[in-house]
Amino acid sequence: MSMDLRELYQEVILDHNKRPRNRGKLEEPTGSAEGHNPLCGDNVTVYIHTHDGRVEEVTFEGSGCAISTASASMMTETIKGKTLAEVDAIFREFQQMVTATGEVAEHPDLGDLEVLAGVREYPVRIKCATLPWHTLHAAILGEAVKVSTE
Amino acid sequence: MNAIAHRTLNIEAIRKDFPILATLVNGYPLVYLDNGATSQKPHLVIDSQSEYYRQQNANIHRGVHYLSQLATQKYDVAREKTQVFLNAASSHEVIFTAGCTASINLVAQSYGRQNLKPGDEILLSTMEHHSNIIPWQLVAQQTGAIVRQIPITDQGEIDLEAYGQLLSERTKIVGIVHVSNSLGTINPVQRMIAQAHQVGAVVLVDGAQAGPHTRIDVQALDADFYVLSCHKMYAPTGVGVLYGKEVLLRAMPPYQGGGDMIHTVSFDGSTYADLPYKFEAGTPNIAGVIGLGAAIDYLAGLGRGLLQAPDMSLGLALDAAFEGISNYESELTSYGMKRLSEIDGVRITGTAKEKAGILAFTMDCAHPHDIGTVFDHKGIAIRAGHHCCMPLMKRLGVPATARASIAFYNTVEEIDRLVDGVLMVKEMFG
Repeated sequence: MSMDLRELYQEVILDHNKRPRNRGKLEEPTGSAEGHNPLCGDNVTVYIHTHDGRVEEVTFEGSGCAISTASASMMTETIKGKTLAEVDAIFREFQQMVTATGEVAEHPDLGDLEVLAGVREYPVRIKCATLPWHTLHAAILGEAVKVSTE
Repeated sequence: MNAIAHRTLNIEAIRKDFPILATLVNGYPLVYLDNGATSQKPHLVIDSQSEYYRQQNANIHRGVHYLSQLATQKYDVAREKTQVFLNAASSHEVIFTAGCTASINLVAQSYGRQNLKPGDEILLSTMEHHSNIIPWQLVAQQTGAIVRQIPITDQGEIDLEAYGQLLSERTKIVGIVHVSNSLGTINPVQRMIAQAHQVGAVVLVDGAQAGPHTRIDVQALDADFYVLSCHKMYAPTGVGVLYGKEVLLRAMPPYQGGGDMIHTVSFDGSTYADLPYKFEAGTPNIAGVIGLGAAIDYLAGLGRGLLQAPDMSLGLALDAAFEGISNYESELTSYGMKRLSEIDGVRITGTAKEKAGILAFTMDCAHPHDIGTVFDHKGIAIRAGHHCCMPLMKRLGVPATARASIAFYNTVEEIDRLVDGVLMVKEMFG
């Protein structure tokens, strides 16, 4: 296999794709949202349970490619236990990482998620990596809306 | 036609006619198996474009000068060639549009809007492309008509029994794809048209994937409307064809108004041009239509070459060409089906008895997008996704498929490389 294909499909990604973490439905989420990529037909639903501005539980389900599945799986692992402000910062850093051009910067805060930096080289696949994150964002916002109306 | 059985297309020579096939992708010779999305173009078509802009460019049907007459003549000749391509009774029945989508919207908005009443039914099959669904949904909303679905079997064939039951005096329009872009199924359109006619419905056949691969005869089919997407049949992008029976087209109101489609214009009321101009408002894609003429010439050239009959008429040459093309393509398809079905964890989508040129599949270990990306690394171009057939994907229970679509310039070696790619995906993701 050519080297750059290995850079996209790193072992960590293949592992999360084969054995996604936190896959499933949350019984009583404080927020949930469905994400859809109309170009490829991929679907992801993110369920989140927060308490006092902190992520207590987060899961996902749906069907997608290895990149989107691994991104969703690693996302749930990374943000569990984080405050919503921290999640927001990670989301922004992640987005910056997968869309940046030029030199690859270090992203120590992203942990395992850093392996997804390779999608930068595959413009059509960037959306695969960011779909779970946009969906998470909507799930969090949905919760905020709910909170404000209560 | 027996002569052809002993003569086969010279694929090696044909490949030299398509300059893009010499491209290297990531250091590998390109394997272009995305012909269902768009076909590649032969020199003859590519050169026709530059020749038009260098030597013939002028607007048509309105100039008294040399260039305008030359361009008009080229454009009109392309229409006559298209008439032969479809075996239409008259060249007036051939309308040039921007594509299949534009052709279907034209019929929906002109014929559909004029003829549909609340409660009337439009029957469409589950395997239709979105472009043969949405225009009908739009006109149904405008008229109060109802869109109903003709179901398919697990093999990807039209459920003819259900179709027969759906047909009634309420059925006004049937829209059916000739060859499915996602499954390759060749639908029994002739029989379905005859059934629809018995209840007084008209039938639109979506020939986007049939045009490049099969000899079309709209009169034998008795199709009311037949649409083509020319960039899928070796011609430039931006050209489509609408064939309609003259009696229907004459009774239909114009779809778009503008220059070229009028007889007289006055603020008290205007009168419209005769067919086919009534439906060709504005300056058409002149270069593209001339390119379509060149594509038809190219195909005819293949037929004449097969029979070594350089003077053969266009119609007979196309007969010969498509005999050769469909024989060769079905050999490639059968070979690909056989090789893919031998691989554990690969499921072929679309196993109809009558099938053309499509190898669509899913893999247990990998999503179609990942398959597409791995293939791309090896220089293999396929399509991954829902192929603009979301209702069909839902029916099949898959979010997407990987689709290799074949043209006559593909080779057995290329199918082998596709299979090698599948094995590589398995090794990586399995």
